[in-house]
Amino acid sequence: MTAAVRIVQATKRFGATLALDRIEFDIAQGEFFGLLGPNGAGKTTLISALAGLVKIDSGRLEVMGCDVRSDYRAARRQLGVVPQELVFDPFFTVRETLRMQAGYFGIGRSAARDSWIDEILEHLDLTPKAEANMRTLSGGMKRRVLVAQALVHRPPVIVLDEPTAGVDVELRQTLWQFIHRLNREGHTIVLTTHYLEEAESMCDRIAMLKAGCMVALDTTRNLLDRSARRTLRLRTFADLSEMPGGGQPQGDGWWIFSFEQFAEIEPLLACIRAAGGEIAELEINQPDLEQVFIRIMREQEQVDG
Amino acid sequence: MVSSGFSTLFYKEVLRFWKVSAQTIAAPVLTAMLYLLIFSQVLEDHVKVHGLPYTVFLIPGLVMMSVLQNAFANASSSLIQSRVTGNLVFVLLAPISHREFFAAYVLASVVRGLVVGMGVLLFTAGFASPSFAEPGWILAFAVIGAALMGSLGVIAGIWADKFDQLAAFQNFLIMPLTFLSGVFYSIASLPPFWQQVSRWNPVFYMIDGFRFGFFGLADHSPWLSFTVAAGCLIIMMAVTLSLLKRGYKLRT
Ligand SMILES: Nc1ncnc2c1ncn2[C@@H]1O[C@H](COP(=O)(O)OP(=O)(O)O)[C@@H](O)[C@H]1O
Ligand SMILES: [Mg+2]
Repeated sequence: MTAAVRIVQATKRFGATLALDRIEFDIAQGEFFGLLGPNGAGKTTLISALAGLVKIDSGRLEVMGCDVRSDYRAARRQLGVVPQELVFDPFFTVRETLRMQAGYFGIGRSAARDSWIDEILEHLDLTPKAEANMRTLSGGMKRRVLVAQALVHRPPVIVLDEPTAGVDVELRQTLWQFIHRLNREGHTIVLTTHYLEEAESMCDRIAMLKAGCMVALDTTRNLLDRSARRTLRLRTFADLSEMPGGGQPQGDGWWIFSFEQFAEIEPLLACIRAAGGEIAELEINQPDLEQVFIRIMREQEQVDG
Repeated sequence: MVSSGFSTLFYKEVLRFWKVSAQTIAAPVLTAMLYLLIFSQVLEDHVKVHGLPYTVFLIPGLVMMSVLQNAFANASSSLIQSRVTGNLVFVLLAPISHREFFAAYVLASVVRGLVVGMGVLLFTAGFASPSFAEPGWILAFAVIGAALMGSLGVIAGIWADKFDQLAAFQNFLIMPLTFLSGVFYSIASLPPFWQQVSRWNPVFYMIDGFRFGFFGLADHSPWLSFTVAAGCLIIMMAVTLSLLKRGYKLRT
């Protein structure tokens, strides 16, 4: 099957800044893909290059098999981009904005267009604001319109560049519900975000960029597993200091054990029972994407240094 | 699927100035009226040009000046606004070719120029009415001139990163070109040096040709003026299209 997005050795310089350094990966159709990295990593540059806003110096980019330079019309029809900046045209209402955007993509006046616009407005809770001028909308509302604009031409691939930055919890919920639905219906979703818990809970696969280089590319599951530093925290009034397994006392009966595989837990608990301990409380801490991210970025610094 | 990217962009550009017509149509018409009032008041009894009363002579020049300045203003101010606020991205994300982009902005500029021109003509009719000797030439020069200035407006709107850079472009290029083009006088009345200078100003030919359409007489033959104006338009279009094709300042 054609990749939804194909990035081959993409390189881009802005003067002395190497914004993209031979980036290469594919995103499969139907994937929910996360593009993570600190500020200035090159995420927006990569998205802009896919959208034809930035011209890469070398390499190749395709959207649904269409080259973004030589076959730009087809490539752009396949792609819906929600820009990072909160931009809008102050001359128009929400509905006018969406109709205009549909028109730019060659979708003229029709019942199908209008009902799709109504549907998008409904799903993004924008219906009450449909006839309001863009100028009068709050930041969160403007962000919703940006999402709506990216969807008017029903693109199979949807790219969201930090869509939840500075957005209230309610909108995040609404937005993710809608995006999930689109993903279930077969749309490919590419997402950048600063909220790593969002990426962790939603993305099937993640690429991490740093200073223009790709430093990780794997399924979210593998990223979490690979860097496993799981901990078991438990509370017991038995003395575990003589026990094998290297438990660290935390005071007030709390002990912390590190482990890698869940299979290590049962022997540990058996030891505690053998020592006559009774477990009062217990919790397992999984590594989260935040920790993984920080670790990968640190490792990279050491490599660079 | 028929591509309506062009037609939508054109429609949007027309709607944009139409929605703020007090500023984009009424204001320039008023400015032209003020020129007419002042100049005709001062000069009417003293000056005749080509044997015409001064006010009658002045009207076509004022109309054309308004057409040109507003065509320039339309493309340039729309583009710089869209670039500064960032909403040009919506057009750039769309499957719109550089030719469609060019055509939409220039045609909308032509529409704005012609609307303002007709407004000036309509309101000045109360003062004096010039004849319409050869309407074909009137239309031809108005359209060519507006397209040329619209095209120049596209370049200015893309080149300028700030509003004051655009203002400089307007003050140091567009204003001198339009004012020193025989709007207010026949170049026959200028000293030889300034006559020579005027011959290098393409706007002079547009105004001269436009005026010929009204009176059937002018400083030059309309065919010469037409050749110069059309030649300049072709060059300007070629330059603008090549900048747009390269994505100059639009696609980094
Ligand atoms: N138009 C531009 N001109 C010059 N430098 C740029 C431009 N766009 C991005 N950069 C630089 O490229 C690098 C990557 O930026 P960007 O892609 O915006 O990062 P991110 O979206 O990951 O925060 C940064 O160092 C940024 O300063
Ligand atoms: Mg960014």
